[in-house]
Amino acid sequence: MTVKIYTTPTCPWCKKVKEFFKENNIEYEEIDVASNQEAQKEMIDKSGQMSVPVIDIDGEIIVGYDVEKLKKALNIGA
Amino acid sequence: MYDIIIIGAGAAGITAAIYAARANLNFEIISKDVGGLTLWSPDIENYTGYHNLTGIDLVEKFKEHMADYKINVKEETITKVEKKDDNFIVKTEKEEYETKSVVIASGSSPRKLEVEGADKFEGKGLAYCATCDGPLFAGKDVVVIGGGDSALAAALTLIQMTNKVYILNLTEELTGKDKALSEKVLKSEKVEVINNAKSKEVFGEEFVTGIKYEQDGQEKTLDVQGVFVEIGHIRNTDIVKDLVELNDKKEIVTDKTGATSQPGIFAAGDLTDLPGKQSIIAAGDGSRALLSAFAYVSKKG
Repeated sequence: MTVKIYTTPTCPWCKKVKEFFKENNIEYEEIDVASNQEAQKEMIDKSGQMSVPVIDIDGEIIVGYDVEKLKKALNIGA
Repeated sequence: MYDIIIIGAGAAGITAAIYAARANLNFEIISKDVGGLTLWSPDIENYTGYHNLTGIDLVEKFKEHMADYKINVKEETITKVEKKDDNFIVKTEKEEYETKSVVIASGSSPRKLEVEGADKFEGKGLAYCATCDGPLFAGKDVVVIGGGDSALAAALTLIQMTNKVYILNLTEELTGKDKALSEKVLKSEKVEVINNAKSKEVFGEEFVTGIKYEQDGQEKTLDVQGVFVEIGHIRNTDIVKDLVELNDKKEIVTDKTGATSQPGIFAAGDLTDLPGKQSIIAAGDGSRALLSAFAYVSKKG
């Protein structure tokens, strides 16, 4: 499974998602879109949103800190 | 039966919990998340002892402080507080907690912009968090809607990354009270304040391309790619509205000890009718309300 998270350095919800990944031992790649215009465009194209965090789990796109959707996409039991 | 249930885990609720732990009370702190609005403050320069840190960092300090006392926030959504004889039942979507007293510190939430296009373009150029989403508007023209300290703080964040920052203010002049902040914002050449301006419509195609507003009876347009909304807050007091007196802003009427109109319910932080909606004031409120609740519980036995 490939997990990517698009973030900005000062975004509280990005931090929450990363904490969630750590608690559940999920390996992830973080992409800071504040300093990377190309990644920013990629994120907006993928999600249709100008808002962070955007999470890409094997191509499934989740916007924001949504625990239920994250659990489902990662197959984590309730 | 608990001595105290603390509702909310922002600066007020967390401080109350630390005092409750130190007093060795039987308590829980329940909140849907940890950090409250403090988490969203871009730069905090007025919290004694911490003169330059972000809201995220201050909340980390709060968490470390709670960990020292082995306090765990129960992350549940509270649905209602009810009276049972002279005790209370705090209901969440999962559990019910019976308690002798309640400290309510559930704070406030950002008020949503209610004009045409606002819902449609949320996340597509319209945002409620300049610190989060600001970097996505690098080099672009943006507007901040609002004229208070939160609007000015958002503007200050946006000055550092965008090309132009309009401030669309409803009243005759800005209402922010933090002079140091407004000076920093107003001296920037990127900033243009538009007073007496009422937002009418956010428009665009896939993403925002502009906003319509009314000024002196005339409709005007700004071409912007970002709209940041900072038009105040609504108080999260619905869960106790049948038990305590609220004022016309839905704030809990609170005396100087933190007591409300309902004996046994104490209030702290942004949701009280006391002036000054700031993290440091909320923290002080939280300690005072907890001490008052402690005195109430001790007397009750």
